[in-house]
Amino acid sequence: MTFLLRRFVFYIVTAWAAITLNFFIPRMLPGNPVQSLINRYQGQLSTDATQALYAMFGLDKETTVWQQYLDYWGNLFQGDFGLSFTFFPTPVGEVIAQSIPWTLILVGVSTLISFVLGTLAGVYIGWRRGRWTDSLLPIGSFFSAIPYFWLGLIAIAVFAVAWPVFPASGGYDGAFVPSWDADFVWSAVYHGLLPAITIIVSSIAGWMLGMRNMTVTVSSEDYVTVAHAKGLKERTVMFGYAARNAILPNISGFALSLGFIVGGTLVTEIVFSYPGIGYILYQGVSSKDYPLMQGVFLIITMSVLVANMFADLAYALLDPRTRQEG
Amino acid sequence: MSRAASKVDTAVTSTGHRAAVGEPVLEIKNLSVDYGYDDHAVHALRDVSLTLGVGEVLGLAGESGCGKSTLAYAATRLLPPPGVITGGDVIFHSSRDDRRLDLFRMSDDQLRASRWDDMAIVFQGAMNSLNPVYRVGKQLIDVMVAHRPDRSRAAHRARAKELLEMVGISPDRINSYPHQLSGGMRQRVMIAMALALEPQVVIMDEPTTALDVVMQRQIVEQLVKLRTDLGFSVIFITHDVSLLIELADRIAIMYAGQIIEDATADDLYRRPRHPYTHGLLNSFPPLHGPRRELSGIPGSPPDLTALPSGCPFHPRCPHAFDPCDTKRPRLQGTGLPGEGHRQVSCFLHDGYDAAVPGHLAVPPKVEEKSL
Amino acid sequence: MTTTPTVDLPVETGEHGIVPKKGRGGRGAWMIFRNRKATVGLCILGFFVVLAAIGEYIAPYDPNKISKSLMEGPTAAHWLGTTNTGQDIMSQLIVGTRGVLVVGLLAAAVATAISVLIGVTAGFVGGIGDEFLSLLANVFLVIPALPLIIIIASQLPEAGGTTVALVIAFTGWAWGSRILRAQTLSLRRRDFVEAARANGESLWRIVCFEILPNLTAIIASGFIGTVIFAVLSQITLAFIGVTSVSTWNWGTILFWAQSNQALAQGAWWWFVPAGLCIAALGTALTLINFGIDEFVNPRLRTTGGTAKALRSKRIQARVGFTPVYRAPAEKRGEE
Repeated sequence: MTFLLRRFVFYIVTAWAAITLNFFIPRMLPGNPVQSLINRYQGQLSTDATQALYAMFGLDKETTVWQQYLDYWGNLFQGDFGLSFTFFPTPVGEVIAQSIPWTLILVGVSTLISFVLGTLAGVYIGWRRGRWTDSLLPIGSFFSAIPYFWLGLIAIAVFAVAWPVFPASGGYDGAFVPSWDADFVWSAVYHGLLPAITIIVSSIAGWMLGMRNMTVTVSSEDYVTVAHAKGLKERTVMFGYAARNAILPNISGFALSLGFIVGGTLVTEIVFSYPGIGYILYQGVSSKDYPLMQGVFLIITMSVLVANMFADLAYALLDPRTRQEG
Repeated sequence: MSRAASKVDTAVTSTGHRAAVGEPVLEIKNLSVDYGYDDHAVHALRDVSLTLGVGEVLGLAGESGCGKSTLAYAATRLLPPPGVITGGDVIFHSSRDDRRLDLFRMSDDQLRASRWDDMAIVFQGAMNSLNPVYRVGKQLIDVMVAHRPDRSRAAHRARAKELLEMVGISPDRINSYPHQLSGGMRQRVMIAMALALEPQVVIMDEPTTALDVVMQRQIVEQLVKLRTDLGFSVIFITHDVSLLIELADRIAIMYAGQIIEDATADDLYRRPRHPYTHGLLNSFPPLHGPRRELSGIPGSPPDLTALPSGCPFHPRCPHAFDPCDTKRPRLQGTGLPGEGHRQVSCFLHDGYDAAVPGHLAVPPKVEEKSL
Repeated sequence: MTTTPTVDLPVETGEHGIVPKKGRGGRGAWMIFRNRKATVGLCILGFFVVLAAIGEYIAPYDPNKISKSLMEGPTAAHWLGTTNTGQDIMSQLIVGTRGVLVVGLLAAAVATAISVLIGVTAGFVGGIGDEFLSLLANVFLVIPALPLIIIIASQLPEAGGTTVALVIAFTGWAWGSRILRAQTLSLRRRDFVEAARANGESLWRIVCFEILPNLTAIIASGFIGTVIFAVLSQITLAFIGVTSVSTWNWGTILFWAQSNQALAQGAWWWFVPAGLCIAALGTALTLINFGIDEFVNPRLRTTGGTAKALRSKRIQARVGFTPVYRAPAEKRGEE
């Protein structure tokens, strides 16, 4: 269990680092954004909000940095991320709570689908080298070089504008009120389909290429040759010996690149005006809503950490060597 | 080409050393192997012919890179890309039933069915031969399930435990993962696995290289015992000729992708005919018998991509003479009386006028003490 | 930002492709040109570099100049059409190339320097120092880079090219450092390094002349990977309007296209070319990296060069079943 324990400590440290980074970034950057903000929101910001802003940027000279840091942690534990300017006077926590399920479902499901399909395709291409499937490699690397958001733009242009089969924006039909009834769920699925396909198409190639390379590398391991020598069925050798081992580094790769991928998918939400956390971040950026942006950053980081923990758990289940004592 | 139709008749040798008896179980005929597919391919094996008799232990020795492992992999069609078999045949004669299998003309399914059942292999890398994510038991059982689907799982499991016990591992190790076993134990597991289906031929590709000397000894002794008990034939590949002299009935020496001498272990040890064999024997101290002067072989193994003309050994050969750098010698009888069964590929024994150096022309029937 | 980390180098196995280099430089680096993928990639990259260098001289129009041809599709006068204010999109694209490449290369250079410093140090010193530096790298790897870049860049008073490059470098060094650390660890135990140490060579000398030359390929591949990451990040930042929207790069074009409803109006010429340029540049860089990876790890080579020979001989190369190819009789001459 030492493996999981070590990983757990790592996540604690990472969470601490992210939260602390979040605390210091506004303090370390030059300039005085607060004054310009107050000017911009002339009259619209309550004294509470300006006070919170000063505290956030460390311009509150009366307290020491250490005291500010402690207060910051105290607020975090109460789920208090401050007030959003954009959705004033809604607390940031509430704004995030409303948008996070959308992102979790859209990004979570499409990333999983993409990982599974890409990995399977990669195994197949790596196993059967020198066939037509090899030509998927350059196509794949082209697709993985396209930014998610641009593919989203193209998808909208083709499937929502030129040939309107999907809605161009939003997470559900405006005529509904979010609830769990069938009409609404169907509407949400329908709206989520195009963004999901976009995410899958642009991220699948990365998994495919990674898995292909691992499969090729593992295929020349001795134990794969032994499996062939034993006269096992091709499927057994391919999945039980080659892919079963090749997937291990791919899972750690999955964990490590989640951060990259989530970043990309957030921008997809922006393009589709999908009511998830990415779109909120975008709105925060447009109106310089710092509390909102920082809250979103923290939430995204924590979600990625949790996803990482699941990946580690899967790794520990799949690789007996991590269960070694000592 | 020289042994295209050879029959094993090494039963009677010049010294009466125990040797292959009668029927061949595996015939490798004119096997050629390339690495690479185009015109720049490296010719890793050229026209190699070798026959393994029923119940025989055949040793295959040579410096690293001489093609001995390539021979084993090619003969079983396990050579990884870019290896390609460019000629020759490998025929397996079953001594238990009347099957005669042409390994290079079989379909994949036929080959799969024959593998491990007829011929099993113990690979070089003791560390990497086992799938790290499966328990040892599962890996022992999956081969039995693939080839004996009619038997029950419980029977397979019992057999797996029995196999482990046979190679001196406690049966409760069946639930261990490879990383929980020492290198020696892993290699024993591989040996147990090779014997799972009671194959007629076991190819051992440097089975003890990665292990320490004590472990090597134990494993070799175990192999000898298992072979006596179960009666399979063995091709034993190693660079350690001294080990082969103790272990093998017959030894083939390889150099630059060719067999350059093929004789009974005893003949080879006492009366090497090829200068290279002589050099190999003199590069280690003999375990028994009279002392020899250690000399080794000057120079380094040839680069297969740029072989010298003529005999590939001639640049390193102390006895090279006229034809050696232009013509390539053939593997054939030594030309000495009473040695019809051993073969050597050297012009010294090819009827040329050159005087054969004394130590390469020791007559076959001398008293042993006079050596 | 679609970066999935570039192809994983054989770090775990460590053994492959690391041949101790005797001389410095030499023909090793040029071998990359023998690789077809890398050559194609380098050609495309070269094209963009030239464009970046001379862009403002060859652009047909001033990218900011407003004209009377509003929202026009491709015409003879404007090959890639115009914006809603009549600006020439091709000129914007050409002039914007410099921004993309400068930020990408600068960010990658800084990030690579950090990753070499941290990765090699971690791998070489071992112990507590290694633990700490590896932890640092892993933390930066796991924290989602783009949101971090966004919150930093959006709070900066002036988010110009250099600043953006530095912010990207600050968040993008960790991947390379991880790989370098693993490789340094395995190099450290090699004979030639041990020998140098036994000779009493200074640590500095060992690192510079024994370790670094053997990491060249990995550093190069990390550099290229970071360029991809930096280009995509920067374009994304420009697209969502975090960075200055008045300097031209491909992301800015997309920003204006998006904010002026180019999509809804069907003005495909406004956003398609920029995306294709990004994809082309990204593909070029990926191809170069494939070339490097195959150079380092020969096992990854697609049967590419030999594919023709395989096809003509109808050989199917695969693991576990060595092909048998019997040449036509006349070709098998006796040697």
